[in-house]
Amino acid sequence: MVTNSEKNARAAKTAKNRFADMLFRNLTRAMATLTLLLLVGIIVSLTIGAWPSIKAFGWGFFASSEWNPPADRFGGLGPMYGTLITAFIAVAIALPISFGIALFLTELSPAWLRRPLGIAIELLAGIPSIVYGMWGLLVFSPVFASTVQPWLAKTLGQVPLIGKLFAGPPIGIGILAAGIILAIMIIPFITSVMRDVFELTPAMLKESCYGLGGTTWEVVWNVVLPYTRVGVIGGTMLGLGRALGETMAVTFIIGNTSVLDSFSLFMPGNSIASALANEFAEATSPLYTSALIELGLVLFFITFVVLSFSKLLLFSLEKKAGTTS
Amino acid sequence: MNASRIFRAVLLAAATSAAFATVQAAEITGAGATFPAPIYSKWADAYQKATGNKINYQSIGSGGGIKQITAKTVDFGASDMPLKQEELDKNGLVQFPTVIGGVVPVVNLQGIKPGQLKFTGALLADIYLGKIVKWNEKAIADLNPGVVLPDLPIAVVRRADGSGTSFLFTNYLSKVSPEWKQKVGEGTAVQWPTGMGGKGNEGVASFVQRINGAIGYVEYAYVKQNKMTYAQLKNAAGHYAEPDDKTFKAAAAGADWSKSAFYEILTEQAGKEAWPITGATFILVHKLQDKPAQGAEVLKFFEWAYMNGGKMADDLDYVALPESLIKLIHNSWTNVKDAAGKPVFTAGK
Repeated sequence: MVTNSEKNARAAKTAKNRFADMLFRNLTRAMATLTLLLLVGIIVSLTIGAWPSIKAFGWGFFASSEWNPPADRFGGLGPMYGTLITAFIAVAIALPISFGIALFLTELSPAWLRRPLGIAIELLAGIPSIVYGMWGLLVFSPVFASTVQPWLAKTLGQVPLIGKLFAGPPIGIGILAAGIILAIMIIPFITSVMRDVFELTPAMLKESCYGLGGTTWEVVWNVVLPYTRVGVIGGTMLGLGRALGETMAVTFIIGNTSVLDSFSLFMPGNSIASALANEFAEATSPLYTSALIELGLVLFFITFVVLSFSKLLLFSLEKKAGTTS
Repeated sequence: MNASRIFRAVLLAAATSAAFATVQAAEITGAGATFPAPIYSKWADAYQKATGNKINYQSIGSGGGIKQITAKTVDFGASDMPLKQEELDKNGLVQFPTVIGGVVPVVNLQGIKPGQLKFTGALLADIYLGKIVKWNEKAIADLNPGVVLPDLPIAVVRRADGSGTSFLFTNYLSKVSPEWKQKVGEGTAVQWPTGMGGKGNEGVASFVQRINGAIGYVEYAYVKQNKMTYAQLKNAAGHYAEPDDKTFKAAAAGADWSKSAFYEILTEQAGKEAWPITGATFILVHKLQDKPAQGAEVLKFFEWAYMNGGKMADDLDYVALPESLIKLIHNSWTNVKDAAGKPVFTAGK
């Protein structure tokens, strides 16, 4: 028999819980909305800041690589090109390596090696980017200039058409060097995501394939990879996003020139994030500051497009998977 | 329990710091140029030990310094580039120099000793324009008879970040080369026709030390501390000068500082001993002080620094200002006034 007072207490407790629930729901909703508001706020303030430059240069900003502070004439083609090409090189190098590492860790590595190796990879992700920059400039770049670059010039540099990418003096500083440093920086990110999703593949599926006589490669290529496609693309995009926005490591080694007169990857270039970091503090004229902010807006836009593109890709893949299987 | 204890501790801390604030003397804030930051913090440290007053200097770059003082968020701004009279008037500012430094061309060539190479300004401009691309070209060899120059491409290195060092260097090249002036011009950042950019003096120094056949320009302190291979430069008097504090002083002495508002860039100065790429760094304060007490503290600090800071400047490889110039600066301070039109601070009191 439930007494009246007990009933009241229970009712009060439910009411209290309901109130707490409501509070919690609204709190989380407020947090989510705040993120959206922040995003919109950043876009609006960037656009306002960039407006003088947008008005002055229009679409010409995207077509010109003239970056001339004394004359107040600015075009962002150099940094935009550098940002995209270094990020592309980084992903092109990091993706197969990360795939190999993740594959080894999940399928081939002896059990005792798995943990230490996994931790070592994750530690790589924790190194501050300025350390990568200093290491790249002082240690990597001399070795790169005296061994890898001459070799590339002698081999790939002789191939017609592609050869243009590997022309010029081997100085160890430039777009290719920056791309390689970026690759080293994003390998841990892509690897850990890949390893995590590879581990999610149900053992039954893999065992079935092994049971049919599949090799490790066949299992990975035909079972694990299709099963984890979404995660693999997600991890790659995470790495790409990081490569696009990386500042300190790139600025040390990319050579920082907005002159764009050659497509050689050996030549110095510039990236948007690096240009901002270098020039913002001393930008005195209002138009100069505004042009830098417009570059920031462009970077924002590039990242946005890359992310949307990856979402679209995933969406179409899922759709295709739905129809064929 | 715990929370209340923390709360009480915070209250106590607030109370004590408030009590201190009434006892403690002024605290002033400045922001700007990175080039003089080491000497400003050294001066601030010594000044605090001597007087108890605190100077808080943030080296955020000259551009930032100008913006901050214009917005009145700091008590003084600092810039490596002097402002023109009309810019000063527009924002109601006055400026005065504090220390002098020099910019020095450095090279990395095997077998060449510091000071062995000789350059003229026009040659330097042609190298930075990308017109001279090899070390053994005639233009360089003609200036350096007897020096064995290698058949090596010249790797041109300059600053990637906007900087007062670049301003002095490009200002000098504009003075000595009409082509440079017309094609590139002067500024803390310019459109460099060739070469690669290192971040900061340390970035340029390490590029030059690493790349065989490189040429760059850095502040004198970096040349001295890293024992870099510097070159001699032909000055306006036609004499080859070595970079050191004597030649920097000679450049400062040759300038006519009594002109308007200390707008004086010490490149290509007359004087047989003068180093051609020399420059002063500047402090900016508001002409009309909203908080006269704060304004007076700023000027008091710099008066102290001029009087006691010369040795510290030398230790850090800056050059102190000549006596006559300090007198002119003291006189100029009568222009810094409060709302009633009274000077906030008189030097020498």
